[in-house]
Amino acid sequence: MVKVRVIPCLDVKDGRVVKGVNFVSLRDAGDPVEQAQAYDAAGADELMFLDIAASTENRASMYDVIARTADVCFMPLSVGGGVRAVEDARRLLRSGADKVSVNTAAVENPDLIAACADAFGAQCVVAAIDAKQTSPGRWEVFTYGGRKATGLDVLDYVATVVAKGAGEILLTSMDRDGVKSGYDLELLAAVSRTAPIPVIASGGAGSAQHMVQAVRDGGADAVLAASIFHFGEVSVRQAKAELAAAGLPVREV
Amino acid sequence: MSTVALIDYGSGNLRSAEKALIRAAGTLPHACEVVVSNDPEVLARADRLMLPGVGAFAACMAALKGRPGVIEAITEAVQTRGAPFLGVCVGMQLLATLGLEFGAHTGLGWISGEVRRLEPTTPAAKVPHVGWNDVDATPHPLFQGLIKASGEQPQMYFTHSFAFHPDLPHDVLATTDHGGVFVSAVAKANVAGVQFHPEKSQGAGLQLIANFLEWRP
Repeated sequence: MVKVRVIPCLDVKDGRVVKGVNFVSLRDAGDPVEQAQAYDAAGADELMFLDIAASTENRASMYDVIARTADVCFMPLSVGGGVRAVEDARRLLRSGADKVSVNTAAVENPDLIAACADAFGAQCVVAAIDAKQTSPGRWEVFTYGGRKATGLDVLDYVATVVAKGAGEILLTSMDRDGVKSGYDLELLAAVSRTAPIPVIASGGAGSAQHMVQAVRDGGADAVLAASIFHFGEVSVRQAKAELAAAGLPVREV
Repeated sequence: MSTVALIDYGSGNLRSAEKALIRAAGTLPHACEVVVSNDPEVLARADRLMLPGVGAFAACMAALKGRPGVIEAITEAVQTRGAPFLGVCVGMQLLATLGLEFGAHTGLGWISGEVRRLEPTTPAAKVPHVGWNDVDATPHPLFQGLIKASGEQPQMYFTHSFAFHPDLPHDVLATTDHGGVFVSAVAKANVAGVQFHPEKSQGAGLQLIANFLEWRP
C-alpha cells in the first residue's frame, strides 16, 4: 500500500534558504543543500523547494541549488515558483528536479500543464493551487503568491488541471497558511473527492495531529509543512510516528 | 576495471541516475566506471548497461530509435554478449513487446508482455501512483540484503501511471499493491527492470543499484 508522504518545504531566495531550519548540526543554516541533507537523514519522503523570488534573471541560483542537492540526496525533489514555460520546467528537471510545480502561469494558461505533461510525463507536473474561502463550501483560486483574485472556483480549476494532465495537486489554503491551526480539512476533502490524482495538503500544519487529520479526514495523499519542521516544533520522525499510530501507512526509516 | 554504461537518449532523469550509479559504485570492493553515452561503440562494449526513462512510452521509444545505432548496440551487448541490463521506470517498460500509452507502440520485446494503464479497484488509490510503496520480491541477486529474514519488504519510490504485464509469470521478479497488485520488477536471464526509481529511493535504492553492479547472471 502506498505510504503517506511527509514533505518538508524549503523557501529559497537567491540560492539561500529564507526560513532556516533549526537543526543544531548545520554549519550554514542558509545553505539549502545542507538542509536538504538533514531532512534526507531525518527520513523525509520528498523535498519541496519553493523559489520565492523567482524571475528569469535570478533563476540560475535555483538550478545550481537543485543540481547540488540532487548530487547528494537520492530522494524525490520538487521545485516550484516562477515556472512560466516548458523551457523553465525542462531546465529544472535537467538540473535534477523530479517534479515541477506550476501555479500562476498555469492558471492563466492551463495548456502549460498539457505542454509540460506531453514533454516530460504527467508524473513530473504538479499543479499548485492557492485557495481562499469565499463562502461556506466555496473557495477561489488566487495567483501571484496570493495577491491576485482570479474569480475561478477551486473545484472547477481542479477539474481543469486534471483534464490537462497534471500528475498531482499541491493544495495550499491561504486562510490557514502560517496560522498553524490545522489544514483546511473541508477544502482538502472537497478536492480529494473531485481529483483522481494525488493531493498534497499545504498550509496550516501546527502539529503532527494536524497531519493525521489531513490524511484521515481530508483524504490527502501527502502532507507538506515548512515552519513546524524548520523550527523543530515537530520532527519528520514524530510526524511519521503519529501517522503510524493513527493506523496510516508510512515509510519506515 | 568494469564499466557500466548509462544509456543517454535524452531522458530527463539521466543526471540523478548517473549520480546514484557513481555513489553505488563507490561502495563496491572493486572499481567500476560509470559511462554516460549514446555512442554505439561504447554501449556495445560496456560490461553492463542501465536504461533510465521518464515520460511516455512512445516518446521514450522514439527517442531511443532516434539515436542511430543505439538499439543495435545495446541489443548486441545484452542479447548476444549477455551483459547485465537494468531498465528503470519507462526504461523497464520499454522491455515489453507492446506499450499501450497514447496508442499501441512496439517496445524492445526482450521480455514478452504489454504495458497498460494502472486500474486500481479502490477509488482511494490514485493514478499516477506516486510515493513510497512495498516491493514484494522473490529472492534474486538484485534484492540481496533488501529482503529481511523477518519478511519485511523494501520500500521504494514510485511515480507512474502505467505498468508492465508480462506474459510469463516466470518473468515476474516483484509485485506491489496499489488498489490491486501490479508487477514492480521483471527479470529474465541477464535482463531486469524495475518500475520504481532506485536512484530516488535513498539507501534501499542505492543498495539495489550496487547489487546490479555486482550481478553476474
